[in-house]
Amino acid sequence: MEVAIEKLNRLGLNRDDYKGAHTTLCAGCGHNSITNHIVKALYDSAIEPHLLAKMSGIGCSSKAAAYFVEHAHGFNGAHGRMPSLATGAKLANRDLVVFGVSGDGDTASIGLGQYCHMIRRNLDMTYVIENNGVYGLTKGQSSATADLGSRPKRGPANRYEQIDISALAIELGASFVARSFSGDGKQLVPLLQAALAHRGTAVIDVISPCVTFNDHEGSTKSYAYVKDHDAPVNTPDYIAPQGEITVDYEPGTVQDVELHDSSHILLRKIGPEHDARDRMAAMRLLFEARQSGEIVTGLLYVSPEADDLCTREGLPTRPLAQLPIEELRPSREQWDALMAGLA
Amino acid sequence: MTGDVLNDFCVQAATVNGSGSQSSNLVITKALFHMGIPVAAKNVFPSNIEGEPTWYDIRVTPQGYQARKRTVDILIAMNPATWERDAANVRSGGAVIHEAALPRFSAADRDDVSWYPVPFARLAREKLEAKPDLRKYLQNMIYVGVLAELIGLDPAAVEQGVRDQFRTKPKAADLNLAAVQIGVDYTRENLVKTDPFRVAPMDGTRGTVLLDGNRAAALGSLMAGCTVLAWYPITPSSSLCEAFIDYAERSRVDVATGERRFAAIQAEDELAAIGIVLGAEWAGARAMTATSGPGISLMAELTGLGYYAEIPAVIFDIQRAGPSTGLPTRTMQGDLGFVHTLSHGDTRHPVLLPGTVIEVYEDAQRAFDVADRLQTPVFVLSDLDLGMNLWRTEPLPYTESAIDRGKVLDAKALEQVTDWARYRDVDGDGIPYRTLPGTANPRAAYFTRGSGHDEHALYTEDPDVYQANMDRLRRKIEGARTLLPAPLVEEAGTRVAICAYGSTHHAVVEARHQLADRGVETDYLRIRGLPLHPGVAEFIARHDRVYVTEQNRDGQMEALLRQELPGELADRLRSIRHFNGVPIDAEAISDPVLAGELAQREPADHQGVTSRRGPVG
Repeated sequence: MEVAIEKLNRLGLNRDDYKGAHTTLCAGCGHNSITNHIVKALYDSAIEPHLLAKMSGIGCSSKAAAYFVEHAHGFNGAHGRMPSLATGAKLANRDLVVFGVSGDGDTASIGLGQYCHMIRRNLDMTYVIENNGVYGLTKGQSSATADLGSRPKRGPANRYEQIDISALAIELGASFVARSFSGDGKQLVPLLQAALAHRGTAVIDVISPCVTFNDHEGSTKSYAYVKDHDAPVNTPDYIAPQGEITVDYEPGTVQDVELHDSSHILLRKIGPEHDARDRMAAMRLLFEARQSGEIVTGLLYVSPEADDLCTREGLPTRPLAQLPIEELRPSREQWDALMAGLA
Repeated sequence: MTGDVLNDFCVQAATVNGSGSQSSNLVITKALFHMGIPVAAKNVFPSNIEGEPTWYDIRVTPQGYQARKRTVDILIAMNPATWERDAANVRSGGAVIHEAALPRFSAADRDDVSWYPVPFARLAREKLEAKPDLRKYLQNMIYVGVLAELIGLDPAAVEQGVRDQFRTKPKAADLNLAAVQIGVDYTRENLVKTDPFRVAPMDGTRGTVLLDGNRAAALGSLMAGCTVLAWYPITPSSSLCEAFIDYAERSRVDVATGERRFAAIQAEDELAAIGIVLGAEWAGARAMTATSGPGISLMAELTGLGYYAEIPAVIFDIQRAGPSTGLPTRTMQGDLGFVHTLSHGDTRHPVLLPGTVIEVYEDAQRAFDVADRLQTPVFVLSDLDLGMNLWRTEPLPYTESAIDRGKVLDAKALEQVTDWARYRDVDGDGIPYRTLPGTANPRAAYFTRGSGHDEHALYTEDPDVYQANMDRLRRKIEGARTLLPAPLVEEAGTRVAICAYGSTHHAVVEARHQLADRGVETDYLRIRGLPLHPGVAEFIARHDRVYVTEQNRDGQMEALLRQELPGELADRLRSIRHFNGVPIDAEAISDPVLAGELAQREPADHQGVTSRRGPVG
């Protein structure tokens, strides 16, 4: 029986309770690995399934929202429009844990405008981009995150500059920006947990190789290329609220960031010195990595103090969707005064 | 010759926009209202901030007509750029108050109008103790005094009008009153009245208020419990959203905590505005957006999502003249056909067609109930004329009645249901039961999608399942026919009728009187919503000729009627179309109806007088 108890999280749910429908993505797809990491993160963080709102747009990545936490409401909306749908959902019910899964086409092309404005407003949600540099469902066109010179499966090399969605997020004032790799669960799961704890838009740009259309020689988003060029800047450990910090570390080797809910993310430094609270440093890191052809991963920037959208709007703690009509109508006296003023 | 025409004329102020003339015109409008004289105001303004011509028509009628009048009786000419044309438009026997320094031109030689030159600029410069930048505005207030003295506006009513206009700025009110007085004094000392127009107090505004449709829509939304507004600024709908924010700031902010029981998001575009609305409605809040034609075009995509995924939404379309950017500050009923089936694939959306300010208020509230009841986006079609102009209306009644949130299952209700499926038609009305995110019951969850789905909201491409679902959606929207208001019918048993909808109503009221005066009695059918109520076809069946009157080029309502009605009834329709961007006037209706009816009496001669399909008037 002890084994069974071990498998239950704080809510008394086991990991299977966080699973969803069977995936219809290709065998070996990076997105399926990410789904597994999401399941683990939601389970470890003991997110209440009924309070989870799974949001997605359109594309292979956006299908994935159906593949975790079956007992949560989900909304597979329209291509590039997930940020606005998520904004409305969170405004209506701020108790919801809004969790979005998007792709590089969904985010960096058709939905770039909504992506920018979601970040600008610091909507409290986790926004995972399953970034493979290619349109899968329409069979292999390059996306806007494909690197200049990267070769698609068919046709000439990509002639255009890539849009760096992590750098763009930092530029726009994002309060939590991380990059990771679908094959690195050890890094991604704590990043997801920290993103869930963060109050504000938490962008996680996850390089996720497309085994069918973008895993060949000459592609800079292939499994082999990413594995070769992955340059982690830190390794995160997530410590739940009231959790005890048991990780041993040498002084000066770990950055400890306290998140809004008093959980912590410990960033063990590897590679170049990087302060994840320093926005300029994060930009420099990304630009330098791009120059050297490396894919820098880890928590790039975090600002736990930034106010989220609902705070900026001054919303009550009770969800707007649950306010009774009596609290929403003007009083009879207010009304009469208003009408008298129109005469 | 004075005193011949009492309380029945139209004043047009032709000014330059950005010069403060709007305040002057509102003061005149309110002064007339305070004298108990029914007044109707039409602002015909440019898409511009400063320096372009703008016209403001103030009409008084003892009958209380609220439509635009085609003829100008008194012109206040303040704009050198348009004054020649403006003066030429004044009817014979009319009057022109004008800046004395305006250059002379041939039309000014007209001897069939009364000329009242006033040196406004000089008076402002010499008599007003104000900074030069303020003088520009106050100069226009001087014409209020000139007009007041010429037509006999009650000074107390004028003062009340000024105080209304500058309610929060008593110092500005005093300064403006001084400007009015300069106009009054100048007129007394220098002008001799030779025109026949004057006003006298009457009892025609008791129990009414002056209100524009956009504010009525905002108040209706507030009353309906709308908590999320998402919008992108666009003329002529912005004032609706700004009014909602204004009223919500006044009534929804907790004094103690500062908490705001609403969210108003100025979105990045209309794609996001409707997205935020659908997201909020999906999560259980009442949400709305307001826009105009160009915004509707952008909302086409997600309106289809709302229809197919069955999410309520309320969309106000304050129509302006299209296509494309069109005439952003001019009115039109040009979105009717587009909105009703907005988005790709087979769609159909309930559309409410308010014709008066009070109906805008009622329909705003109704739209939320219908959207919740049918779980679908609902449009309220207003227009620039109804939305932005001031209308005389009875005060909006306070709403006591409960709201209808439709078929929503909460955690407790779900326990009573053994086999819930999101898109199953349980009651035979095509309307399924929904749950909201956050419902604490593991069976509440479902996966909303804009892709093909079965009863359980699971993805499917099965032909039979797809077709059955689309059939159910059709049945569901069919239910709107009797859920939306029945047409307004005024029937005395004649065989000739006028059919209209929306703001065209006011010109019809007047046109029917004009026709009756000329021996043509008409019945009246005013359509209040789409899909059509069964009462529409029944009414048409009782008439031989029905003149469908609307403010667009292509006769969009007439086309919808022809599509739905059996051929025998469709043959009874005639079409009257007005589409120059300014609000329709009564003659635009009575002239073609009269011509059509005269032709009917002389059958041999009727060819080409009213074509059945072509535009008339």
